[in-house]
Amino acid sequence: MDPLVHLENAGVSLGGKPILRHVDFSLQPGQVAGITGPNGSGKTTLIRMLTTLLRISEGVGSILGADVNSDQVFAVRPSIGMIGHNPALIDELTLRENLVHVVRLAGLAEDRVDPVLEVVGLDEASDRRAGASSFGMRRRIEVAHLLLTRPRLLLLDEATSGLDNSARELIGALRDRTIADGGGVVMVSHDHERLDESCDEVMALSSGRLERAR
Amino acid sequence: MSFWNQTLEIARVDLRVERRLGDTLRIVLPFAVVALMVFPLSLGIELATISRIGPAVFWALGILFGMQVALRQSAADTQERRDLHALLGVDPAARFVGRVLSGGVLMLAFLVVLFIAMVLIFGPTLPSGYWSTVLLGTLLFSIGLTELGTLAGELTAGLRNRTALASLIVAPLALPLVIGASQSLEALSRGAGILTWVLLMLTTDLALAVIGVGMARPLEEATR
Repeated sequence: MDPLVHLENAGVSLGGKPILRHVDFSLQPGQVAGITGPNGSGKTTLIRMLTTLLRISEGVGSILGADVNSDQVFAVRPSIGMIGHNPALIDELTLRENLVHVVRLAGLAEDRVDPVLEVVGLDEASDRRAGASSFGMRRRIEVAHLLLTRPRLLLLDEATSGLDNSARELIGALRDRTIADGGGVVMVSHDHERLDESCDEVMALSSGRLERAR
Repeated sequence: MSFWNQTLEIARVDLRVERRLGDTLRIVLPFAVVALMVFPLSLGIELATISRIGPAVFWALGILFGMQVALRQSAADTQERRDLHALLGVDPAARFVGRVLSGGVLMLAFLVVLFIAMVLIFGPTLPSGYWSTVLLGTLLFSIGLTELGTLAGELTAGLRNRTALASLIVAPLALPLVIGASQSLEALSRGAGILTWVLLMLTTDLALAVIGVGMARPLEEATR
């Protein structure tokens, strides 16, 4: 089976400064990989590299079958889902309008919005402005978006930080469904124990280098 | 989703955000009208002079405050939102056209209200056919300035001083638009032809559209 992600000797430099070096990383369908490391070790840069939004400066590889050094990556981006540090919501729109915006841009049917709002527990708060909503509510909208778009590669960058148990369970459900669909998940966290519990493999980033931790 | 559906969705959301924030019509426009009033107040009761300088003041304030309108959307465009659009497969060219569409509507509304305020405050002598020329000039000026503002926003995305830098890019490049718009009104008031000035604005708009659409993807990739 072809790997979802395969990187060989990949590196990223920002402003001439190397952030990631000699990264070898592979992710198979159905696999959950965890990445841990101290602040500034390059975890978020690695996640952005896996989204293809940040191009590698050296090395070779493929993500969802697309050569990372080519324009093929544009075609696979809609199959990549990410939950980053800050929810990408428009403050002036309501939570529901934010989800409708995403659904329209993704070319999905709008009638799927209300059922998924119920799944993430926001059916009664959906008319609240995103700017006036709690971090947890904003995060739930991101989960709702990914439940609708069903990415093959799910990237979770400290996705459960600052969330209550029910919101963490939702992200867990999203992870499980991605795996059940034959996709793969990369989780980044400071919490080594949490990664140990939920990942098939845990790797550690240190000074821009990725090494197997477990 | 098709290119035009993405374009219209981007424009629709931008206009909805503007309706709720009211940056252009509730903040920028009143300041521009106040700035219009400063000139007659400082010139006293010389009505002939006031009447003559009205259109020139309109275009000067149009470019100054219009830049704020043109740059407002890109200033609010966060990295997270740009990433989200990219991961949803939004065509960067559709983003550009959508931004120009919503910005153009706002700019046109802003300039039309400002022009009416100028006519009421300065009382210029308007020859026949003036209104249609004003509307045409304002429309072409609005499209061009919004294209420039959107392009400048894309060029400076992710930079710390992006608002100041974007203004520095827009101001000199807007010169053909300012010349075309102001000279078309001036030519009309002398009874001369306006085709040259309309073509100048139209060419500038088309050139900016081609650059904006053509450069949308490379610019988006380069500014991450």
